[in-house]
Amino acid sequence: MALSRESHSHSWRRGARLVALALALAAAAAARADLKIEITSGVRDPVPIAIVPFTPSAPADGGLDVAGVVQHDLEGSGRFKGLPRDRMPATPTQADQVVAAAWKGAGSDYVVVGRLSTLANGSVAVDFDLVNALTGTKVVTQRFVGSTSALRNAAHRVSDVIYQKITGVRGAFATRIAYVQVDGTPPSQRYRLIVADADGANQHLVLESQRPLMSPAWSPDGLWLAYVSFETKHSAVYVQLVRTGERRQVSARAGVNGAPAWSPDGHKLALTLAGTNGNLDIYVLDLETQTLSKLTDDPAIDTEPAWAADGRSVYFTSDRAGSPQIYQVGVQPGARPKRITFGGTYNARPQMSPDGSLLAMVTLDGSNYRIAVQDMASGAVRILSHGRLDESPSFAPNGATLIYSERDGNRGALGTVSTDGLTGLRLNATEGEVQDPAWGPFGP
Amino acid sequence: MSEQVSMRRMMVVLLVAGALSLGACASKKPKFVPAPGPNAAEAGAQGSGANSANAGGGDEETEGPQGGMLATRLVYFDFDSSEIKGQGTDVVGAHAKYLASHGSARVRLEGHTDERGSREYNIGLGERRAQAVRRALLLQGASEGQISTVSYGEERPAVPGHDEAAWAKNRRVEIVYLTPGPAAAPAAAPKQ
Repeated sequence: MALSRESHSHSWRRGARLVALALALAAAAAARADLKIEITSGVRDPVPIAIVPFTPSAPADGGLDVAGVVQHDLEGSGRFKGLPRDRMPATPTQADQVVAAAWKGAGSDYVVVGRLSTLANGSVAVDFDLVNALTGTKVVTQRFVGSTSALRNAAHRVSDVIYQKITGVRGAFATRIAYVQVDGTPPSQRYRLIVADADGANQHLVLESQRPLMSPAWSPDGLWLAYVSFETKHSAVYVQLVRTGERRQVSARAGVNGAPAWSPDGHKLALTLAGTNGNLDIYVLDLETQTLSKLTDDPAIDTEPAWAADGRSVYFTSDRAGSPQIYQVGVQPGARPKRITFGGTYNARPQMSPDGSLLAMVTLDGSNYRIAVQDMASGAVRILSHGRLDESPSFAPNGATLIYSERDGNRGALGTVSTDGLTGLRLNATEGEVQDPAWGPFGP
Repeated sequence: MSEQVSMRRMMVVLLVAGALSLGACASKKPKFVPAPGPNAAEAGAQGSGANSANAGGGDEETEGPQGGMLATRLVYFDFDSSEIKGQGTDVVGAHAKYLASHGSARVRLEGHTDERGSREYNIGLGERRAQAVRRALLLQGASEGQISTVSYGEERPAVPGHDEAAWAKNRRVEIVYLTPGPAAAPAAAPKQ
């Protein structure tokens, strides 16, 4: 079968097959909807950069404007301002064609030039140069080779290199997000688990159901998603190989099965179980041995586990002190939970930044639920989002940005905010509502 | 009209895609990183108490009793509360009486919250409401085997809207009757 394993259409078919096998066939009628991005909060001192259109595209590239994708990525980060094409003094495609003074005159500190070529084996090469327009020196030259269907990914990788060279922080443009899209009006709604590029493009349907899907969580290798599905009319936790759609039910015990979170080594899932008496506690399920160990034991609601980066402790939400607050517990037997948040009456849904310096959470700010970060060293809390019903924060793997869900009027949308609170974006679905985002890890 | 057309086209795509990928995956079975365990259909039956939330029999919904207060299947709650009050007390009482006198009747209690706050925490709050109704039913004569619970948290609102009026309708437990199972404990058998 001559299918490229990475191709868009392939994943779509696999997703569709799953629907056909596991769920109602007739439910799969809707077209995929794009996410539209708008910048919602300000940009401070962005770096002016000119991204010149790359040379004539390879025949089979689908007409993708690689330079346009790069410019979109960089501007969306809030740290760059692209030079409009109608103000470009020339259209060079090689570093040695760049006349630095002309670009400096147009207000750009950097110029990106690039070219596409088709190789003998049919794959496409993307070559680009990043030139410092103030000094005229070449900062970096790099080539990415891939199938034509992976050209958008190559564009994101170009963005990653430029972002890292100029800001010193690894870019996270060539990463993916998972989220849940909900269509229809209560009580007849349809739920779809979707994986897309971090900019919302290139969407793949993972699973579709007439009953809720929630809490997608990426495995550390980016190959698997764990999630909660109510397709059996009870909650159950599944793990699914994103590329093929193959999946396994890993917990369908009596009562609540929820909030899956992969351990950093990828071998275990922390999750929430409640049993028939309805008392939610945190457990760790070893995916190899199927053994289950109990991490918390309290009559309160204990849920929303999130692993520390070293895998030795788990943060979680508990209302054991009366209102939901965040606690930390070691994974060793007999460890006692330690309270982490103290401000306010509602702190839930902990997520640790990749370097462990920030704890993100949902906090009640007046009468608004907002995304906040607590500095783990100082304990200082900063509110980052400005909505009324913001929830489900998830860090980009470089720790620079959080994605979360918000309510834009009557619509559920996704928002991103830089962890310094300065730059915000909104990703709106063109139809339905989007919620419950999870930002995937860096690719290989 | 165009909805019809696109629906039909999608069905064709699905059928073709199903056939294609069945062929494609037969030779290249993806490997699960951890040790291969039971497949999806069987995995649920493993481990402690798997799927025992389904209290006997199938999971098919049925109309259930219709007379008087029994026709009401919704119990509403205040914000951040799982206390059964007002009309809810009478509704729960009526269903408890029915369950106590019909040993094979079974219900699933579906707990819900409004949309405010964190999703998985809301699953906990919805479960707390379902358990409050469960305990009230048990106290008034229903038996354990007749009742299962599920919490949907904020995931399945009854009504759209994002104000207090909508939230009040969404903070609820739905009592759903299931097809009768084997008769429950003899003590619960009707005596009249």
